[in-house]
Amino acid sequence: MASLHDYLLVSGLLFAIGLAGVVLRRNIIVMFMCLELMLSAANLTLVAFSRFNGMNGLPDYNGQMLVFFVITVAAAEVSVGLAIIVALYRARQTIHTDDLNSLKG
Amino acid sequence: MPWLLLLLPLIAAAANQLYLKRNAFIASMLSVASVAATFAISLMLLGKENAVAPLNWIAIGGFEIEIGLKLDQLATGMMVVVTGVGLLVHVFSLAYMADDSAKARFFTCLSLFMFSMTGIVLASNFIMTFMFWELVGLSSYLLIGHWYQRESAADAAKKAFITNRVGDFGFMIGILMLWGITGTLNFDDMKVPAGISTGVLGAALLCVFCGAVGKSAQMPLHVWLPDAMEGPTPVSALIHAATMVAAGVYMLFRLQLSIGSDAFDNFAGDTIAIVGGITALCAALMATQQNDIKRILAYSTLSQLGYMIMAVGLLAGEAGMFHLFTHAWFKALLFLGSGAVIHACHHQQDIWQMGGLLKKMPITGFTFLIGFLALIAVPGTAGFFSKEQILEAAHHHDRLSWLFWVAATVALLTPFYMTRLFAVAFLGKQRSKDADHAHEVGPLMFLPLLILAVLGLIAGYPFIAEKLAPAYEKPAHLFHFSGLVPITSVVAVLVGLVAGLVVYLGKERDPISVPLFRDRFRIDAFYDGVLVRYLQDAFAAIVHFFDEFLISGLIVGGSARIAEGFGGLFRRVQGGNLQGYAFAFGIGVILVIYFTAF
Repeated sequence: MASLHDYLLVSGLLFAIGLAGVVLRRNIIVMFMCLELMLSAANLTLVAFSRFNGMNGLPDYNGQMLVFFVITVAAAEVSVGLAIIVALYRARQTIHTDDLNSLKG
Repeated sequence: MPWLLLLLPLIAAAANQLYLKRNAFIASMLSVASVAATFAISLMLLGKENAVAPLNWIAIGGFEIEIGLKLDQLATGMMVVVTGVGLLVHVFSLAYMADDSAKARFFTCLSLFMFSMTGIVLASNFIMTFMFWELVGLSSYLLIGHWYQRESAADAAKKAFITNRVGDFGFMIGILMLWGITGTLNFDDMKVPAGISTGVLGAALLCVFCGAVGKSAQMPLHVWLPDAMEGPTPVSALIHAATMVAAGVYMLFRLQLSIGSDAFDNFAGDTIAIVGGITALCAALMATQQNDIKRILAYSTLSQLGYMIMAVGLLAGEAGMFHLFTHAWFKALLFLGSGAVIHACHHQQDIWQMGGLLKKMPITGFTFLIGFLALIAVPGTAGFFSKEQILEAAHHHDRLSWLFWVAATVALLTPFYMTRLFAVAFLGKQRSKDADHAHEVGPLMFLPLLILAVLGLIAGYPFIAEKLAPAYEKPAHLFHFSGLVPITSVVAVLVGLVAGLVVYLGKERDPISVPLFRDRFRIDAFYDGVLVRYLQDAFAAIVHFFDEFLISGLIVGGSARIAEGFGGLFRRVQGGNLQGYAFAFGIGVILVIYFTAF
């Protein structure tokens, strides 16, 4: 069976990929997806700890509960974020971040 | 009640300035009312020793500055002179300035002046004297420059202010030195500690004397007073003849009273006396060749102030203050008389354009005659008694009895130039249309003249002087014409009078021409050409360098450039690049985790 260490490694990889995507990609949709990837990495960590820190053969449900909250909030956040992107596209005809620089000092 | 003396003129000035600028009539009435009230209060306080509890103003450690009033014979007598002349001048101004467009401003400044002068007279310590000293300087500046649209008036105001600043600088040093020597600035507690060297003490007194040199227009800072005649004539009468210019004499005598006249009995007193004597002589010489009626009177004021300063230096301060007292009345009379003449002659001031005015303006003419007789010290008039005391003092001094001959020469020159003025302006025949059209002035103007004329005649007699004069020592005999001093003085007056009449009666133009005297010994030209040109310009260059490079370049410009640099630096951060922000954010999170976890 995979150890806690393996789970954390995968989770860290996912998070790094997500962060790299957010930092490097210019398409807002892709950045958004990478953001979700980072959330998933966090969820994976929570679930892994819940599984391995359990007592009496039972996992620690607090961690799993938190995951559900994160998923719920992420769903709400995605809907708001996508709405903003749609509005942005209508206003600017672009979802490329390089073109969105009117606040540049 | 003594505080009212200070407060009333201040209230009048403030009310005029803040509320009554557009209402000249009420403003002038308020000023006149305030000075009338202060005159009444001064008369009530006269001769009484009142102790007024001082207000503590500043206390720094053991050093305290009080705002206090010192009421003694000297102060109350001086207050009567100041408010008395002030009242008459205010009344005269009502008529003289009736058509002036800035009447309200004029009366505001007059009230401000009355406030400041009262402060000098009643001050109980040197700090207060100095403050009000500067305030009279300010009001004098404002009033000389009353007609500031005229360039000459604005220049004269500036000249008066700057020249006074030169003297005041020495005054300030002198005050500090006196504080260091005696440990107090209160006139009441001042005394010379034992074992102080004459050199230090004398230097301190001479520095204080610098203030008097500036304010009382002694050589070499006398240049501002003749130019100050650019101001309205009532101002010349009040400030530049009767009261403010006498403040230097008053201050010196006040110091002499509080520190003891022995402190002056060294080179300091001698220097003061010599400066006074030289000023008296030079001013009298300059007066003989002036053509402007007010300038002649201004030089005569200079020369009389020289007398007073000389008396203080000769440790005969009582004689000096007595002369100040009599001089205030008859010199105010002469100035107001010249004001009436100028008013009647359509602002013609050249005496060679006048003539025959005695017939045209009998009241002004005869009151002017009385002032003239008092100034040249004809026996029986006020000026005679006081000048006699100064001459006696000079004669009896052990080291400086040669000053007596200087004073006697001045006593000879005074009747000469005053006779010239009177003979040319009031006698003979009219020399211009302006003089032809002259007619007697209204009662608001001749009533003050009449009152001053009466005082100019009788103010010297003991029954008046003992009550009113700030300081007075009753002579043993009123009239005794034996001994060197009285005979010299009477002969000098007679010779001067006769010489003046012989040379100037009925002449069309000046038969004598001495360019050196007319050009005021070229002192003004020297100041303009050398001091102003080189010293001031060199100083201006230094100041300009400071302003341009240090202040503007380094401090103001430097701070602006630093802010600009930081701004430019931080602007880069706001690149508008979303990924950049996210990257910085990620790095930040990692750093925070790194520092908290490890």
